[in-house]
Amino acid sequence: MPQEEVSRVIKSAPPRYRNEIAKYIVHRNLNCKRCGKCAQVCLYKVHVLKPGYKYFGEPNNHLCIGPSCEKSSHYCVAKCPQGALQLKENPACKALGDYRWPADLILATWKMAETGDVPPKEYDYNYKCGNSGGGFDRLRFKFPDKPPVQLDESQIDTSISLNKRDDGRPKIKIDVPWYGGGMSFGSVSNVTQLSKARAAVAWNTFTCTGEGGYMERMRPYDDHVITQVATGLFGVREETIQRVPIVEFKYAQGAKPGLGGHLLGDKNTPAVARMREAVLGISLFSPFPFHSVYSIEDHAKHIEWIKHVNRRALISTKVSTPTDVDMVAVGSYSAGTHIVHIDGGYGGTGAAPDIAKKNIAMPIEYAIGKVHNFLMDEGVRDKVTLIASGGIRSAHDVAKAIALGADGVVIGTAELVALGCVRCSRCESGRGCPRGIATTDPELSKKMTIEWGTQRLINLYNAWRKILIGILQRFGMRSIAELRGRTDLLMHLDYTNPPSPGLRRTSDVGTKR
Amino acid sequence: MPEKYHIKTQPVPPRRPRIGKYGVVDWREDCARCHNCVKKACVYDRYRQEAEYIRNLSDVDALFFDCMGCFSCVQDCTKGLLCMSINPAYENLGNSYWTPYIIKTTWLQAETAKIPVSGAGYQGPFAGYGFDSMWTDMSEIVRPTRDGIHGREYISTSVDIGRKLPYLDFDGDKATANPPHLVSIPMPLIIDMSSPAHTLPQLDAIITQTAVNTGLIAIIDSRHWSGDDKQLEHIAFYLGPDSTDIPKEALRKTRLVEIADSSKVIDRIKELKKMHPKIVVAVRVELTAAGVERAIQLAEIEEVEVIHIVADANGNEIGSTSSLQAGTQKPQFIKDIIRHIHTAIIEKGNRDEITLMAGGGVALPEHLAKAIICGADLVTINLPLLIALECHLCESCKPGMPCPAKLEKIDFDYGVGRMTNLIAAWHDQLVEVMGAMGMREVRRLRGDVGRAMFFENLEEETFGKLFGSRKNN
Repeated sequence: MPQEEVSRVIKSAPPRYRNEIAKYIVHRNLNCKRCGKCAQVCLYKVHVLKPGYKYFGEPNNHLCIGPSCEKSSHYCVAKCPQGALQLKENPACKALGDYRWPADLILATWKMAETGDVPPKEYDYNYKCGNSGGGFDRLRFKFPDKPPVQLDESQIDTSISLNKRDDGRPKIKIDVPWYGGGMSFGSVSNVTQLSKARAAVAWNTFTCTGEGGYMERMRPYDDHVITQVATGLFGVREETIQRVPIVEFKYAQGAKPGLGGHLLGDKNTPAVARMREAVLGISLFSPFPFHSVYSIEDHAKHIEWIKHVNRRALISTKVSTPTDVDMVAVGSYSAGTHIVHIDGGYGGTGAAPDIAKKNIAMPIEYAIGKVHNFLMDEGVRDKVTLIASGGIRSAHDVAKAIALGADGVVIGTAELVALGCVRCSRCESGRGCPRGIATTDPELSKKMTIEWGTQRLINLYNAWRKILIGILQRFGMRSIAELRGRTDLLMHLDYTNPPSPGLRRTSDVGTKR
Repeated sequence: MPEKYHIKTQPVPPRRPRIGKYGVVDWREDCARCHNCVKKACVYDRYRQEAEYIRNLSDVDALFFDCMGCFSCVQDCTKGLLCMSINPAYENLGNSYWTPYIIKTTWLQAETAKIPVSGAGYQGPFAGYGFDSMWTDMSEIVRPTRDGIHGREYISTSVDIGRKLPYLDFDGDKATANPPHLVSIPMPLIIDMSSPAHTLPQLDAIITQTAVNTGLIAIIDSRHWSGDDKQLEHIAFYLGPDSTDIPKEALRKTRLVEIADSSKVIDRIKELKKMHPKIVVAVRVELTAAGVERAIQLAEIEEVEVIHIVADANGNEIGSTSSLQAGTQKPQFIKDIIRHIHTAIIEKGNRDEITLMAGGGVALPEHLAKAIICGADLVTINLPLLIALECHLCESCKPGMPCPAKLEKIDFDYGVGRMTNLIAAWHDQLVEVMGAMGMREVRRLRGDVGRAMFFENLEEETFGKLFGSRKNN
């Protein structure tokens, strides 16, 4: 099948809703004489007074930079001759987001997906972390006062290698240290899946089909697709395994470890049922565990099976984060996997029991170091790629995960947020996502186009890469690989962080555990 | 195939309007009356339902807010007249421990008897206080199941209550000692007495019938017993210091009885055993400052079979509220108290002989599993069952004060249905987490801290090594 190219061009992908949720709103009262002064002074085009119109249109509140404008010469509230304008925090932001994805992070992700750039400072978005009070949200980088070496963006390499074994299989490199997480056809719309696939092509990275079959429409992007073999084996066929460069075994998912997969009946539409060869409208459950795998030796047989079916494929093993995740990782390496993918307890899902999301298996922040160190101690760290997921929300999370010991990450929710997700958590039942992202409802799926979705993701990837490059520049690092395992560059806000001779200093760049 | 434990359930809709998390504020005066109004496009049809509700409004203080918080209407309104907000009625539910989320999810389970399932990942804090500072473990590849290969339908949640023998001794084929009588219940849960503040007509009758429906046992204060002796197998009388004596005939129909702790506890147990040799006697120990050591001390007494430790409603040591408010002392939480008592009894060498029941602060099904992992054999609850009846935990239960949930008007079938549904949902969730852990027996889960990960340990292992000491230590 000829492979389609997708250009990595960054261009504006404006919000698809009429009223983008804004951090601040400008309120106009009845004293307004419609003189147009506000529209003249505002540099951000917040005020809309179309030529020939007598009245102002709805303001572009999402473009307003808020209080940081107060000291400028273009602050509309101060310039209004009638004093008719007022700047307020948008009360709707209190209802948007949650501890892990606060409103600021959602709005910043939207902004990055719109512009392809780092959110400008004046917007005052916290695009670095969430508000969960632990893990990544309490970790910070210890940047040196000035970079040890001045590096230009073009001198910095953000690519990572996914095959570290010398086994004759392709040495696949991806241009950014992340790829898209598995989301099955059934859990998300085909527009969402195709947008993810096309963005993966543009950025020379990957997307994953999840467990739900391989749409024929994905075929032009085969070279950037990971197909998943999960416990329900839904949609798994020899020909789909043969199409792709990477096959992923999903043993467990961070959001519901030990519980298998769930696709509730309402989302099992005719197209989904056809793809999964299942009965229309019934809930589909993937069991836990793989009933053909009860030991690492069984796992090795699984891997051999796939390696035999597709002689060029790399194998990824996706596991969750139990206490002995380190043992699982080493076992998986010895079974022949190329990628160990650990998915932490706070990862995303299309449907999971609430009791599982919060309570089973450890958050990814704990698991990364545990696995990385154990692989080091076993002397195999440089023969396997360690990928982390389950709560990677921002470029700073990517960098922190790598500094803790991962080679790269898998992202999922961040992509959906870029497509307009507000995390209302209604993806699981009925017609699915009311915003047309995680749904198979034909009408709701029309809420966005593949072109728009692709561009939003291309833009988000670009903004994240820029942020990563900014971090590497400040450390004077030429490659993202240099950051791996550099816990000495991190500090934790809840700890005393004593300067310790045992801890490596920023000048020790290049020495890594 | 042996008969499986199954609780029969059916949906029991709420009596009161639902209290949703979100509400949409609407500035209707500027409405342009668009023909394609976003309200018509609501995927959940909430605007039409709300209008219909208001048209048929019969209760002045009832509000309708069941918005799903998708922001679609807010973002698509032609004139931007809609604004999403958190429903203040939702925020006012419960208290700092019994959060609005706990109240809402309990209502949902009491209505549907189903395990709450949702999309998107976990949305809460990284870790929290009490039970929120631990995670249960799961099995994977190298040990997919702890107890051999089994389907979820083979997971047993039954527990035995009573004093067990430390070991069996045989003379040839014949056991030399008679094993003491044990009470078996199909789930590690006992319904505890309600707080005196929560006195409702029929409450004890509803609770008793719920115990019958679920095969469990409810502890009823002997002073409140109606005299009905039909369901005594599912009742454990609580005999307090000033309790009414229960007729011998009635007591003989029960399997478990609970007595208040006192200096005469041995005599009291002997007295009850004399009346009914097969009865299992539990000693209730209030977890005051002295309660923890007292529980450990009781475990050493040969006559004591079951110790029931009870913390306050929020799981804290009783009487710690004032020190908590003053910030002078961090109260001990039930999870840590259970671990302490469990470990202490193990060190004394008689843990397997004693049954430890723990109550207070158990608000969600994961708390049930976690309390058992910490060392309890079974757990007692009462507040979640009251919440199942749509209680808001507004704590205004005083004579003469109106109850916003109108609990005084509940129907018997409604009450039993809601409580039964809640227990069924908890049972299913216990099976879920045990399935994830690869455990086949809830009895084997007791004290198996290897099936859990604790925040302080993980922090120390991960970040303590890298970043020094934790500041709040």
